[in-house]
Amino acid sequence: MNSKTLKYIIKRVLLAIVTVWVVITVTFFVMHAVPGGPFMGEKAISAAAQAALEAKYGLDKPLLEQYFTYLKDIVTKFDFGPSLKQRGRMVVDIISDGMKTSVKLGVVAACLAAVIGIPLGAVAALRRNKLIDKIIMVITTAFVSMPSFIMGSLLLVLFAIKLALLPANGSTSQGLILPIITLALYPMAYITRLTRSSMLDVLGQDYIRTAKAKGVSGGKIIFGHALKNSLIPVITYFGPMLAYIVTGSLVVEQIFAVPGIGRAFVSSITNRDYPMVMGTTIVLAVLIVVMNLVSDILYKIVDPRINLE
Amino acid sequence: MSNKFTMHVDVDAFIPATEDEKAYMVQMRPSSTFFKDGMKRLLKNRVATISLIIILLITLSSIFIPMFWPYSYDSMLGVRPGKPVDASFNNLAPMTYGRTELQRIEAGEQVFPHIFGTDSSGRDYFIRVVYGTRISLAVGFFASIIVLIIGMTVGSVAGYCGGKVDLIIMRVVDIIYSLPDMLMVILLASVLKMTLGPALEGTALEKIGSNIISLFIVFGVLYWVSMSRLIRGQILSLREQEYVLASRAAGAKGGWIIRKHLLPNCISVVIISTALQIPNAIFTESYLSFLGLGVNAPMPSLGSLASDALNGLSSYPFRMVIPAIVISLIVLSLNLFGDGLRDAFDPKLRT
Repeated sequence: MNSKTLKYIIKRVLLAIVTVWVVITVTFFVMHAVPGGPFMGEKAISAAAQAALEAKYGLDKPLLEQYFTYLKDIVTKFDFGPSLKQRGRMVVDIISDGMKTSVKLGVVAACLAAVIGIPLGAVAALRRNKLIDKIIMVITTAFVSMPSFIMGSLLLVLFAIKLALLPANGSTSQGLILPIITLALYPMAYITRLTRSSMLDVLGQDYIRTAKAKGVSGGKIIFGHALKNSLIPVITYFGPMLAYIVTGSLVVEQIFAVPGIGRAFVSSITNRDYPMVMGTTIVLAVLIVVMNLVSDILYKIVDPRINLE
Repeated sequence: MSNKFTMHVDVDAFIPATEDEKAYMVQMRPSSTFFKDGMKRLLKNRVATISLIIILLITLSSIFIPMFWPYSYDSMLGVRPGKPVDASFNNLAPMTYGRTELQRIEAGEQVFPHIFGTDSSGRDYFIRVVYGTRISLAVGFFASIIVLIIGMTVGSVAGYCGGKVDLIIMRVVDIIYSLPDMLMVILLASVLKMTLGPALEGTALEKIGSNIISLFIVFGVLYWVSMSRLIRGQILSLREQEYVLASRAAGAKGGWIIRKHLLPNCISVVIISTALQIPNAIFTESYLSFLGLGVNAPMPSLGSLASDALNGLSSYPFRMVIPAIVISLIVLSLNLFGDGLRDAFDPKLRT
């Protein structure tokens, strides 16, 4: 690692920290700009009760003071305060409960996408313009154009209702099969296309021709030179893939009734559970920012020639 | 006169051309402009042409069909003033009729069919899909225009001014770019939905609906960054060109140079990325509608139709399948058309 790479890494880490801070700040002030406050809309409560509630949750203090308390609690104690709607529970506990299911869902989907997508892309590149390449490209184009909620609903109709092969409810581990497939299809199609184009790029390079001229066998060229080098751009997709899976899980968990963080987030928006909305947004945002950071740095280390500026 | 070393001029070389020689020099093809060339390449691309035809068909039918269709998107057919609600109109299967309509058919009257049936409130589903398509397309189009205007302004200022201005603008762009966009969109949309609703009451904007406006605001705030990055990069390379120097030497001001020299020269990049932005916006709109943050009821959009269909999915799966197909078709053909446009007008960008 040279000093230029190190400088790049330091710059990216700083940017990530600023981004997280911006997310926290924007989330805090945007949520507090909502008129009426969190206790509106429920059954009418007396002014005294309202004041007591606000004092309990620290809402009677000046906004800036609330902001610094909130920031300090997150940084020092990883504390997002109590949930307003699920009485007696802390936001952190609800998030970590939901995460258990969602992480399982997301990790399996991401692995599935990579395990299927990379070989498919390699095959398509090696059989360029043949029938199999065309079939793969048509199918992946279709998958890339289909929003996750539509994919999920169609899979639900087909496999859970028409064929009754798999359960529609995602609360059991067997019920997670359909949500995982739904989440995996888009990244899989994307990875396939990415692998294909970067493999085609690599196959046209001089060092492949040199290897061929030296008489290296086909398999050794494909696995030793072409595939290895063409996977480098795929690394950069890991960050966006996680972002996709996180946002995709919001609707997919809704469709299949998976008890994960995505469903908790959506329902907290509809019941105006402000601390919950803020906490979940921040946790998911940090996750995405960190993953983007890791995949960018990895890319830079694997291939220092690349200038990501 | 074969002596090459003579100093005499070869008179034979200066005799007037014959008609045959003149005809040989005539340009066979009329001169072509950049635009014509690109169009030719575009129309040669079969996939792009078919996509363009599909987009045009869908757009035109979403504009014109509601004009003459006998049903409207928000009228509940079973509801008649002064009479109890006729539930036989709710949840009709495709090509079937409600009770009073059947009586009219028996009396020999012509009744316009419900091609896709009706929804759970007895509204004609075909016209709702058509109307939803119209809304989704309009949202996609206008959102992209907003992104284009903001991105172009900021990007060209940053690229042209350079120095500190560029540095500050690009740091802001970096931060917005690394924000997780969908989460911010959901957050802003849900907050704006609550804030804008009361604020808009009674104004002309109320009819459009607070949710669509908040969607536009969200796009204006978050999605201009990649457009401005793109344009900045273009301008940075273009402003070093000699004709810009010549223009400046002739006394042109910054705004003039940006408008007359720099922007026209990166117009193809701009058009292409705008075309690719539209399906993105439609995607986002349908996603938000699905989460209940999209258009205001009873106005349909393709996403909200799909979301509504989720409740009766097991009995009426076609209500999910129809908007799903329309959405995928629009997004797919816009993407393919955008790719074709890129290949035709800017071969350098090809990936």
